Amino acid sequence: MSFPWADDYKPKSEFMQWIDTRLPLPRLVYGAIGGGYPVPRNLNYFWNFGVLAGIALVIQIVTGIILAMHYAANAGLAFDSVEHIMRDVNSGWLLRYAHMNGASFFFIVVYIHMFRGLYYGSYKAPREMVWLLGVVIFLLMMATAFMGYVLPWGQMSFWGAQVITGFFSAIPIVGEPLRQWLLGGFAPDNAALNRFFSLHYLLPFVIAGVIILHIWALHIPGSNNPTGVEVKAPQDTVPFHPYYTAKDGMGLGVFLILFVAVTFFMPNLMGHPDNYIPANPLSTPAHIVPEWYFLPFYAILKAFTGNFLWIDAKLWGVIAMFGSIALLFFLPWLDGSPVRSAKYRPLYRIFFWVLLADVFLLGWLGQAEATSPIVLLSQIATAYYFAHFLILMPIIGRIEKPLPLPNSITEAVLKGETKTGAPAGREKTGREAIETPSPIIPAQA
Amino acid sequence: MTDATTTGDAPVHTAEAEGVRRRDFINIAALSFAGVGAGAVVIPLVTQMNPSADVLAEASIEVDIAAIERGQSIKTSWRKQPIFIRNLTDAEIAAANKTPAADLRDPQTLAERTKEGKANWLITLGVCTHLGCVPLGAAEGEAKGDYGGYFCPCHGSHYDTAGRIRKGPAPTNLVVPEYAFMSDTVVQIG
Repeated sequence: MSFPWADDYKPKSEFMQWIDTRLPLPRLVYGAIGGGYPVPRNLNYFWNFGVLAGIALVIQIVTGIILAMHYAANAGLAFDSVEHIMRDVNSGWLLRYAHMNGASFFFIVVYIHMFRGLYYGSYKAPREMVWLLGVVIFLLMMATAFMGYVLPWGQMSFWGAQVITGFFSAIPIVGEPLRQWLLGGFAPDNAALNRFFSLHYLLPFVIAGVIILHIWALHIPGSNNPTGVEVKAPQDTVPFHPYYTAKDGMGLGVFLILFVAVTFFMPNLMGHPDNYIPANPLSTPAHIVPEWYFLPFYAILKAFTGNFLWIDAKLWGVIAMFGSIALLFFLPWLDGSPVRSAKYRPLYRIFFWVLLADVFLLGWLGQAEATSPIVLLSQIATAYYFAHFLILMPIIGRIEKPLPLPNSITEAVLKGETKTGAPAGREKTGREAIETPSPIIPAQA
Repeated sequence: MTDATTTGDAPVHTAEAEGVRRRDFINIAALSFAGVGAGAVVIPLVTQMNPSADVLAEASIEVDIAAIERGQSIKTSWRKQPIFIRNLTDAEIAAANKTPAADLRDPQTLAERTKEGKANWLITLGVCTHLGCVPLGAAEGEAKGDYGGYFCPCHGSHYDTAGRIRKGPAPTNLVVPEYAFMSDTVVQIG
């Protein structure tokens, strides 16, 4: 893996030598997240969020396995068993609040991770596969989070299940039978609750598997970096350990402080009070909304209110909602610009921030009631979301004049990134372009 | 050895090159057999997800509607889904009949949605055809929407006094279940 100057694993003891010749697991770890994995030296704190997402998954798996020991996946018992966890089980309140808020924090770090990728062009060649696997992880996360939200069997759980499985009934002809097949009934009930619990337990391990592929695919070309310029020579990199284990450790500390602060002091900040009312199949809450991390997609779903082109509004909404995520699979090919980092893309950079604002606006619209100005705004914001990827991105890639790129990561670092920029015609790169060797280069370079 | 000898690295016999080798036949037959077997295994894995016998066996229900005055409606439950039974007023019937059915998204007249001689009894599923919320309007004091029928708060679908979709994202009218009047005051649903 990785670069030719990567440090080779040397067993430090006879015992490790013995292990290494039989099961080279320490060698694998050393080469993947240890001193044997060279990483660009200029990564900023936005590169923490992959590791943070991995840790969020571990928190979810650990707390989730424990919650499953006390939870009863039965429509008659589920709500009470969650209250039993909250009131009777020792430290149960802590574990459930950690799991509940852990899901939100998982999405927070993953959204930052994704927008990091968008800003710095991490999805571009040769890292398309990393991006595609990331989108797969995102979809699995959404499915897992949705099914987990159904388990407490409160009002929001029940009506969320009703609405989201309702998406499938929009499909012509097979829609309604498909929905009944998914639910195992005509409405969400015991059968649905049980299968959601089973899958909610399974999918995090599938996510863990895809994360391994995601990291494997990442370690072939190595990490992107804030300049978007590829690693060219040993002085462009530092070993993952101790440099980035330390940097990630710092980020992890900040993340955990925020996570426990919310879990301890505002555990229901991102939840809905209605979910503390037991599920009632005969009464829909006056205002149902999904969890905050689904709101932008929910706004897109709600934006379609009229039939056109022989497709009814309901199916349009569902197609657009799934399309808004499926679109991400085509991102590496929609953006034709050879320059990765938005730092050197003055035009794209503007539209990146507009897109971010648009997604926040969609999120706000997603929780607003479907009255007239809200619907029109949702339609505009939805149109802009699609236009960003399908129209603006390809055009910007063609007409934009990028700023001059630094010749190498090291040059950018040593000269101060803001003033960097080789004369436009200059193409010499790598060691030739560097006057001062980096003081932290290992001797073998 | 005879010409049946065809190890992987053996040169191809001229006789075999012309036709199907025995090993090809065995390969295809074995894989087909295994494929059919694997396909058959998928069937129970898929069908177990469908509604189970006890869910399907839910009997039809009988509802006493004697106590429902004109202009009132009740909510009851059938197959774990809400049912609206509404005793329409003359004004509501007139409003429903005034609208030309052909102009509607899902064209149906009130007469097609009720039983003959019982045009005041509108019986529908209380499940919005958009994404399955329970519309408001069946209980006292709930919003009835722009057309005086039902209003779904989830995504803003408006139904008229015949339970027909008039405005909003829902594609079809509220579903009229199979039902029959056992007497003037008892209706059997399902």
